[in-house]
Amino acid sequence: MTREKLLVVGNGMAAGRVLEHLFEADRDAFDVTVFNAEPRVNYNRIMLSPVLSGEKAYEDILIHDDQWYADHGVTLLKGHKVVAIDRDAKAVTTAAGEVHGYDKLLIATGSNPLIIPLPGHALPGVVAYRDLDDVDAMKAAAAKGGRAVVIGGGLLGLEAAAGLKMQGMDVTVLHLMPTLMERQLDPAAGYLLQRAIEARGIEVICKANTHAILGDTRVTGVKLDDGREIDCSLVVMAVGIRPNLGLAREAGLEVNRGVLVDDAMRTSDPDIFSVGECVEHRGQCYGLVAPLYDMAKVAARGLLGEPGVYKGSVTATKLKVTGIDLFSAGDFADAKDREEIVYRAPGVYKRLVLKDNVLIGAVLYGETADGTWFFDLIRGGKYVSEMRDTLIFGQSYAGAAPLDPTAAVAALPDDAPICGCNGVCKGKIVGTITAKGLTNLDEVRTHTKASASCGSCTPLVEKLLAATLGDAYSAAAVQPMCKCTDLGHDEVRRLIVAKGLKSIPAVMQDLGWKTSCGCARCRPALNYYLICEWPGEYQDDSQSRFINERVHANIQKDGTYSVVPRMWGGLTTAAELRAIADVADKFNIPTVKVTGGQRIDLLGVRKEDLPAVWADLGKAGMISGAAYAKGLRTVKTCVGSEWCRFGTQDSTGLGVKLEKLMWGSWSPAKVKLGVSGCPRNCAEATCKDIGVVCVDTGYEIHFAGAAGMHIKGTEVLTLVETEAETIEIIAALTQLYREQGRYLERIYKWADRVGTASIKAQVVDDRARRAALLERFLHSQTFAQVDPWAERVKGLDAHEFAPMAAIGFKEAAE
Amino acid sequence: MNQVLQTAFEEAWITVGCVEDVPVLGSRVVKSAFGDIAVFRAADDTVFALRNECPHKKGPLSEGIVHGHSVTCPLHNWVISLRTGEVAGPDEGCAGVIGVKVEAGVISLEVGRLAGGG
Ligand code: SRM
Ligand SMILES: Cc1cc2nc3c(=O)[nH]c(=O)nc-3n(C[C@H](O)[C@H](O)[C@H](O)COP(=O)(O)OP(=O)(O)OC[C@H]3O[C@@H](n4cnc5c(N)ncnc54)[C@H](O)[C@@H]3O)c2cc1C
Ligand code: SF4
Ligand code: FES
Repeated sequence: MTREKLLVVGNGMAAGRVLEHLFEADRDAFDVTVFNAEPRVNYNRIMLSPVLSGEKAYEDILIHDDQWYADHGVTLLKGHKVVAIDRDAKAVTTAAGEVHGYDKLLIATGSNPLIIPLPGHALPGVVAYRDLDDVDAMKAAAAKGGRAVVIGGGLLGLEAAAGLKMQGMDVTVLHLMPTLMERQLDPAAGYLLQRAIEARGIEVICKANTHAILGDTRVTGVKLDDGREIDCSLVVMAVGIRPNLGLAREAGLEVNRGVLVDDAMRTSDPDIFSVGECVEHRGQCYGLVAPLYDMAKVAARGLLGEPGVYKGSVTATKLKVTGIDLFSAGDFADAKDREEIVYRAPGVYKRLVLKDNVLIGAVLYGETADGTWFFDLIRGGKYVSEMRDTLIFGQSYAGAAPLDPTAAVAALPDDAPICGCNGVCKGKIVGTITAKGLTNLDEVRTHTKASASCGSCTPLVEKLLAATLGDAYSAAAVQPMCKCTDLGHDEVRRLIVAKGLKSIPAVMQDLGWKTSCGCARCRPALNYYLICEWPGEYQDDSQSRFINERVHANIQKDGTYSVVPRMWGGLTTAAELRAIADVADKFNIPTVKVTGGQRIDLLGVRKEDLPAVWADLGKAGMISGAAYAKGLRTVKTCVGSEWCRFGTQDSTGLGVKLEKLMWGSWSPAKVKLGVSGCPRNCAEATCKDIGVVCVDTGYEIHFAGAAGMHIKGTEVLTLVETEAETIEIIAALTQLYREQGRYLERIYKWADRVGTASIKAQVVDDRARRAALLERFLHSQTFAQVDPWAERVKGLDAHEFAPMAAIGFKEAAE
Repeated sequence: MNQVLQTAFEEAWITVGCVEDVPVLGSRVVKSAFGDIAVFRAADDTVFALRNECPHKKGPLSEGIVHGHSVTCPLHNWVISLRTGEVAGPDEGCAGVIGVKVEAGVISLEVGRLAGGG
């Protein structure tokens, strides 16, 4: 009996699995020949990382050894690459020119690692991460020591980085996106992962765009777009994979992103099947093994003439770096019709996404024991409404009677850790509450230390109080910042400092944010608190800013913008006025208005024109007036002693000095100043956030006035003799406000809340404190005083001002 | 250069750029002969498109703050769902949703029905 001839192109994980299923069903159905471009048997590709790190040897990760092929009568042609398929003749040709005929063909060519064609990408010392040869090359490089740069902070890149580090190299990971593994993780989990990777001594640079790979005869370094250079002897490119479909395409099979297959894993040619990473099924390409195993089962049956149905797979990801527990599965994007359940504890982040009471996605970091259980729930599509409240606590609590959140906490075992910082478990807290008769959070903090450090377990502790004391407990009413957190503004700021939190994801993770990426209320506030706390270190997050601060102009009701250049202290010149007039003409600006703040507003500018308008104003020496900023707006002045017959001091000059000192500073809300030359107060200094009224004996410093929605005269802070001291006190006062003011709280409201006496004590009486505040203000200004218009004229954020595309327009014939 | 409007799109889907062109938690505008379209990119890289007009007073939604799968209008802070175009909370109204397809990082918009209003 002559058996049908089955040829298999590619001997990776998918092909191996097909053969196993095939032989299980019928050992003798086919005469099988396997071609493998790699000169070896089938091994477990996903275990290459332990081989790289040295935790395993190649021999440990074989799937089928030579004996297996012999036992199953399979001809394995190692190192034989197929270069052509002739479908009419039903034959394949190898690189060596051999021709083999087939009855059935299986294409399982996997994928190719993506190589970015950067200058230098072909230099020796640049490797991809796909097969054993790559691992051998990396190990050889590691043996010589030095630094490795891994381009790509996805699963493969991080595994490569961890392996190379264990082999003794210094390692830098360059990642284009703001957080690691952004395809599998949300930003909070990405942040925790980055911390864990960095804790192993691996340097991580996000938002890093590689410009070129350096070296003459071999790699010597990498250059980033921002000009930074990193010396290294090895570059690992792990930026993604592309289905390996060249062979199929040239054979005339239908391909798209991958080789197109139907639900029976058949290609457009009924005698040719395809499985693995090279295929595209129902619009999906996969890069993980679980789907390939499902495909393999169906393909084996199809080859035997009994087509099964493959419906696509839900995938789950785990990172195989020893000591890092991370799991993600399903669809964890959030949307209006979805609900999320978030749980955070130090080093732990869990997020479940529900849609119509069915679990559809999960991200777990730090504690992943329930990953498989969640994954089963996702695949099963079962209603979880019954166990919704306890779902996040995992399998052990599920199925129990539905609990409210307090009851769920009450149901935790006594040894459940509550406060990670101080290592306090539930039993200790409940025991102390009962034994000592504690009644509030502060007492629990004093007696047990729970919630006394980072405070992120505060909600849990409060629930324990409620569960233990019942109705006798009523939580202290702190107005939370927004619905994303239970913490108030002051608490959040205190913790940002105490815990050294330097990014928005860091704050959200460490302070237990209840949403995955905040809302339009908390993000701008956090962005300000971080800028204020870490000048020069924190990178401004423009997407957390209101449009005006993002494009440095004021949006108007019709979507156009207004442009207000600075006029220092209300002074201008003929040249400036001429430039403004020219700009108004050149850009057809419909309205030019004198503002209530002693300067000129150009209204109705089209967004696309903003950079060009600024360029022209910039040539005349003008910078942004920040008429949009939660920051210094205007310093109104009067003519003062220079011209006025009543003027006592140079109020105009002082106003200009103050504006030059303070422009560019960000603050909780806008800050407006006024300097009047005498008590007639023509600059209306006594209704400003900060005002100066000059008198014969010196300078009367005022603050906490209001003339907007509320009208309130200022309070006198102090009277000083010199201009220098006036400036010093005003800068210190501004800094104190910057550090204590809640986002959107004007100076008069802040003063009302903290008390004017405490402010006076700090900026007037306590000289040392004043000096320290002044120093912090000046330090912060060294980073803040960059004209945002000039930066944008040079090209920063160019995408903000240009449409992405224009469609549906045709050019008219002349 | 003179531009005239086409009366209808010849194709149902038009490619407008790459996912990378849109900032994460941000938006870009596509000018179209039938009005501006705002293309959004959420934190999880999902891409959405809406007509760039708030149902309230036509505020340009492209300039709002994106959070989750919603955008807050820059003019008076209405919150609009990127997925359905609907306004959240007590206010009512709906911004037109435009179909989006992302393939290999390239964004196409379903403009076929744009001309007819929608
Ligand atoms: C342009 C200007 C009106 C004018 O044509 O004169 C103006 C225009 C706006 N004011 Fe004003 N205010 C202007 C001087 C004032 C003044 C007078 C002053 O600065 O001496 C006040 C009273 C003082 C004060 O600040 O309290 C003033 C109190 C307000 C308020 C109420 C603030 C409050 O806390 O009560 C708002 C609303 C807000 O900030 O939330 C506001 C908000 C606005 C906004 C930003 C409304 C908005 O959000 O779009 C307007 C922006 C228009 C634009 O695109 O330029 N504007 N606004 C003035 C610009 C001054 C400048 O050169 O920068
Ligand atoms: C380092 C690493 C870690 C990974 N970790 C995980 C993980 O933790 N979890 C997970 O699910 N997945 C992981 N993966 C992905 C997983 O390994 C792949 O999804 C899987 O190996 C794909 O199987 P395949 O058979 O489609 O392709 P491959 O395993 O790549 O096999 C294709 C084979 O075909 C050969 N070939 C190609 N063209 C020809 C030709 N013309 N002629 C002859 N032979 C040819 C290739 O040389 C290759 O040996 C990892 C991958 C790597 C590289
Ligand atoms: S008072 Fe200010 S906010 Fe009100 S309309 Fe006039 S400019 Fe606008
Ligand atoms: S126009 Fe959008 S909220 Fe008013």
